[in-house]
Amino acid sequence: MRFAAALVLFALCHAAAIPGAAQPGTPIPPAGDLPVPTAFLAKDRPGDGGKAVLLTWKDPAGVPAGVSFEVRRSEPPAYEWTTLSTVPAGTERYVDATTDDAKVYRYELRAVAAGAEPSTAASDTATAPTDTTAAADTTAAGATATPATPTGPAVVSDPVRSHDNWFRSERTNSFIAAVLFTALVLGSIQMARSGKPLFIRRIAGLNAVDEAIGRATELGRKVIYVPGIQSVSDIQTIASLAILGHVARASARYGTDLDCPNRDPFTFVSARETVRAAYLAEGRPDLFREEMVNYVTYDQFAYTAAVSGRMVRERPAANFLIGHFFAESLILAETGQSTGAIQIAGTADPSQLPFFVAACDYTLIGEELYAAGAYLSREPVLLGSIRGQDIGKALLLLFGLVGIVAATLGNNWFATVLRTQ
Amino acid sequence: MNIQPGIVILWIFFGVLPIVGFLLGLRAPAMRRQVPLVLAFLAGIIPILSIYIPKVFLADPDIGMSPRLDKYLIIVAGFALPLGIVNVIQNSSRRAARREKGWPYSVVLLFGLFVTGALGIYGAVTGEGIGFRQDGTSTPFKWIEDNAFRPLQATIFALLAVFMASAAFRAFRARNTEATILLIAGVLVMMGRVPLLEFLTAPFPGLQPAAAQGSRTLGLLTEWIMNVPNSAAQAGIIIGAALGAAAMAIRVILGIERSYLGLEKGE
Repeated sequence: MRFAAALVLFALCHAAAIPGAAQPGTPIPPAGDLPVPTAFLAKDRPGDGGKAVLLTWKDPAGVPAGVSFEVRRSEPPAYEWTTLSTVPAGTERYVDATTDDAKVYRYELRAVAAGAEPSTAASDTATAPTDTTAAADTTAAGATATPATPTGPAVVSDPVRSHDNWFRSERTNSFIAAVLFTALVLGSIQMARSGKPLFIRRIAGLNAVDEAIGRATELGRKVIYVPGIQSVSDIQTIASLAILGHVARASARYGTDLDCPNRDPFTFVSARETVRAAYLAEGRPDLFREEMVNYVTYDQFAYTAAVSGRMVRERPAANFLIGHFFAESLILAETGQSTGAIQIAGTADPSQLPFFVAACDYTLIGEELYAAGAYLSREPVLLGSIRGQDIGKALLLLFGLVGIVAATLGNNWFATVLRTQ
Repeated sequence: MNIQPGIVILWIFFGVLPIVGFLLGLRAPAMRRQVPLVLAFLAGIIPILSIYIPKVFLADPDIGMSPRLDKYLIIVAGFALPLGIVNVIQNSSRRAARREKGWPYSVVLLFGLFVTGALGIYGAVTGEGIGFRQDGTSTPFKWIEDNAFRPLQATIFALLAVFMASAAFRAFRARNTEATILLIAGVLVMMGRVPLLEFLTAPFPGLQPAAAQGSRTLGLLTEWIMNVPNSAAQAGIIIGAALGAAAMAIRVILGIERSYLGLEKGE
């Protein structure tokens, strides 16, 4: 007897603990009293790549507590209703991200009282619905004749098909920023083309490039150029290859030996072509040797060991460590530092910058790395793009400051506008 | 047969166009320079368009042009790897043959390359397995990896700790105002990250509560240094670098920046 009482008590407690389960004392409205959602609309989700339909509706006024809305879908050829989800009142939207762009769907929405079990497709075989007005129930007798749980009248959507779109609307802010920035850069380049003098601040690390190669020439030692350890798909590597072109030209001019060890095979091939073209451009193809740009290994630390070993054995007069680096940055920079070489480093990775600053003579920080190719070439057209970049940065700074002040004063417009997806 | 428009366009851009460019380049050398610039433009603009245009032919993860370009990159890199291996063999053989400085290292490298490579190829060709045999036991290739390669890797990585200490010693010398600020911030962060005060006061139980309170204060100070001035400086660098990368990308895509191809303006 005591055991049976405990069992009943446990069952009651368990029922009370289930979210959404019928609470003792909460009246479940009869099916006819459940409200009908209005303005039910099914359309392709805008700004996506297809395979999704967006459902929106308005909750009726005075939705009783515990009532939620059941979303169902039918698709050809069988037009069987399948329950997708049950969403709480107040949501007023649902995204069906499981559609096939080749199929036409209909959606049904109806209120479900607390404790109602979602309908199953097996019991609800629908005929293809013909109108979108609130019907008593478009489902077959299995669901309507003896409803096991209270569900309200259903509204059915127009036929809808998902498809891919021409613009990702949630990225409008980033698109405007990209267009604006491109216009700034191109405008500055155009201004430079017109011959208007441009002021570009001095970058000490880049001014030291010729000095480092000149020193290597005087000492009769080589120059080592490490283009990072990433592939050419990394923009830092492309920036590094642009600088390598200038270093190779200077090496060709002075007749200094250049050594460019590579970790990535793709970068190796590109670096070799860059150096070969630079020697040709300087009119010294006779000085170019294939082994100047060489491949070492794909393993990060084996590569580090090989380059460190060369630094110690061959004592280059100048080391260039420019590109994308990881844990090997400090090992390479400290080894080069211990050999007494002039070291010029550059990376846009904030976590590696302190190591280079501590161990190298000059460090190109972040944007200086990307500006280096233009800066070294001294071509007005390329320098114009640096000016455009600086104007963009100033505008961003201004926008950030105004946004901070606005947010401090309780206006979140800037935060909303700048949010990207 | 279902023809994917994205794949067809990619084939025209990166299959037909380079071949046509090469053939035209045989007659007109200027084309040899122009075609790479056109290809760089197309390879750069397609991923950018896919960010804003979610059309299936452009951005779909399976058949879209942009994700497919990434796959092409992997294939091209796969072909580049044998070039690298050939280069290693050529350079090391020459160094060893000419008895250049450090030639024994080249011999060791070639020995390791051929022995490890041969064992790996043997395992793959015979079906024995490269890393493990069918019965789960290690192959000789795996034995070399576990007992030679990995310990050597770990040794080089461990050097980082030594170099970090030597670099910190040099960076933390209070030579000027900036270096002094760096020194103070560095010492505070280090003290905040380790229970130094508790360790120092361990022999004196009476001082333990004060040490614990001091550690908490240092921890809060460390958090502030890392989250406020350090994060602000990092954000500044990241924003500047992002704008620099964007400007660089515009220059490369539009063919204004050509030095990575070894070309100057007008070439």
